[in-house]
Amino acid sequence: MTGSPRAIPCSEAVRQLWDYLDNAISPADQELVERHLSFCRTCCGELEFARELRGFLASSTVEEIPPDVRARLERFVKEL
Amino acid sequence: MQDRTNESFRELAVGELPALYSLAHRLVNDDAEDLVQETLLRAYRAYDSLETDAAGGRWLKTILLNVFRDQLRKRARSVDELPVDDVEEFSLFRTLADEDPFPYSDTLHHDFLHAFDRQDVGEVLRRLPEIYRAPLVLRYIDGFATKEIAAIMEVPLGTILARLHRGRKRFEKELWLYAEECDLLLEEVRR
Repeated sequence: MTGSPRAIPCSEAVRQLWDYLDNAISPADQELVERHLSFCRTCCGELEFARELRGFLASSTVEEIPPDVRARLERFVKEL
Repeated sequence: MQDRTNESFRELAVGELPALYSLAHRLVNDDAEDLVQETLLRAYRAYDSLETDAAGGRWLKTILLNVFRDQLRKRARSVDELPVDDVEEFSLFRTLADEDPFPYSDTLHHDFLHAFDRQDVGEVLRRLPEIYRAPLVLRYIDGFATKEIAAIMEVPLGTILARLHRGRKRFEKELWLYAEECDLLLEEVRR
């Protein structure tokens, strides 16, 4: 056998896509995912969607502090 | 603590209130004010341990996360024992392709996400169990590294990676369920 990496099924590739985007998988697993992506258009679509979903989540929620809560917390700080 | 130090603490704390509240709200929703109060109390008592003023914001956030972790432990005695459901098999990407809610769209997946506004996403996040919501928030909204989250939560890295995986799956599924419930999939209400 040569040193070429084994193939992985779509289910395994998809399971690792977010970790792949996070650089949270080993170099060996990264190679397996990239090899799978090189021939699987469906999983490339999954990857693009995972990337978009990640950005969507990151830009989605900035909770403004309500004025009454802010006033109470400022009073709390002053009383410490 | 001397008067001058009291004053500088107040200045730091008041300046960081919006950021602290925002983080607290993402973690505990309606209990955010309590979490911030407990954080301020603990920070006040430990103010001498702050090494540089420039690190004050990060220091306060770390204290908030420590308080959150302690509260989570008290609330959830067996946080790893949530029942296994069918979330593991759920794929939002495939569900959208199969259900095709916007048949006239050439950018179906993109359009689906843009049907949500910030309030919707906040509501979807609130539906996740804290144990999964916290790593998602810290990793993808607040930008903490997975190793940092593991250290803050005092659990092994593998546990955080597993919670992130399940949290992402639940988030995907809740997005789909929320879109169905709130009629975000109707062509005529698309924004």
